[in-house]
This record gives sequence, C-alpha cells and structure tokens, in this order.
Amino acid sequence: MYLGRVIGTVVARRKVSGLEGAKFLVVQPLCDQLREQGPTQVAVDTVQAGPGELVYLVGSREAALALDPYFVPVDAAIVGIVDGLHRPERDTQDWTP
Amino acid sequence: MRLCKVIGSVTAAIKHPTYAGLPLMIVQPLDARSMEEKGSSLLAVDTVQAGPGDQVLVMSEGSGVRQILKTAKTSSPIRSVIVGIVDAVTIDEGGE
Repeated sequence: MYLGRVIGTVVARRKVSGLEGAKFLVVQPLCDQLREQGPTQVAVDTVQAGPGELVYLVGSREAALALDPYFVPVDAAIVGIVDGLHRPERDTQDWTP
Repeated sequence: MRLCKVIGSVTAAIKHPTYAGLPLMIVQPLDARSMEEKGSSLLAVDTVQAGPGDQVLVMSEGSGVRQILKTAKTSSPIRSVIVGIVDAVTIDEGGE
C-alpha cells in the first residue's frame, strides 16, 4: 500500500461490465515525505475521497478486492483517507490535514 | 519478504471496512547486507505490535495476507503486512 494525493477525476462513459458505477480518480503517488513519486495513475475510489485529499491506496490484484463484486479489472484502489502521519524515524513533523 | 524498518504510522478515520482496527505503519525497505535504507517506503498493516525504529519482516502478497488476517471473506484489499520483528540478521556469503 502507498500514499497518494487526489488531483482529479476521470469520467468514462463506456466501461467493461463490473465497472459500472465505479468512481475513478487521478492520483499522484507520494513518498512518506509527501514528495511526488512516479507517474500519476487512475484509481478506483471506495471511500468517497475528493480532490486534494491525502489518501492511501492498494495496488495489484488486491485493488480489485476492494470492490463488490471483486472480479473486476482494476489495479489501484483508494482504500483510506489519511487523517495523520506520524514519522518519528524521519526529520519530518507530524502531518495533519 | 523484505527486511524493513518501521518509520511511523498512518491514521485514517474513513477507510475500507477490512482496514478497521488494523494499525497501518510506514515501513522503509533495508538492504540486508548494509542494513541501510534502499528503495522507497510503503505502507503495511501491523500484526505483531511493531513500533517506530523496529526492524521487521514485511510480506507483500495478498493471498498470504488473507491467511494471516484470517478474514472469513476472501476479498480483503490488503497487500502488505508486517509478519515479524527481526532480532538479528547474519550474512554469510562464504568469503574470507
């Protein structure tokens, strides 16, 4: 699992069956210092996240398991909205929204 | 599985139901030879009461995770779990 920030939404009118009703968001993955890490990606949202929010995601096969039914073709899912980051092993202050 | 160091923790009130009650930690992979940080950190569910600074063993494979968490449901969207706290690592590559 990894951190990311929601930076947009994706609308797809025609989708494979199983993805009807799924909400897609554009996410920028972040490192634990909240610096951008890697390319943006599209993730399915399971927690009603909104633009600008810090979230955590699960990737690979497990992303599909966040949905019901879970035999659907997704490879990233937003599964939590972050309230706080506590990083005593880094020279970084705690993060709160 | 990967050797990692626990960096800290993440709190979230709104989350997928399978994450309810499970501590979520930030872990930094380590190189086993030097025990220095290598690669980028990730998030992992804690099952062994690990704390910041602990060296831990992290498994990143979903079906094993579902066995550990003993979720009756087969559908838990959790990929990485801390499965052990490391006491010692010995490297012996057969050299002098």
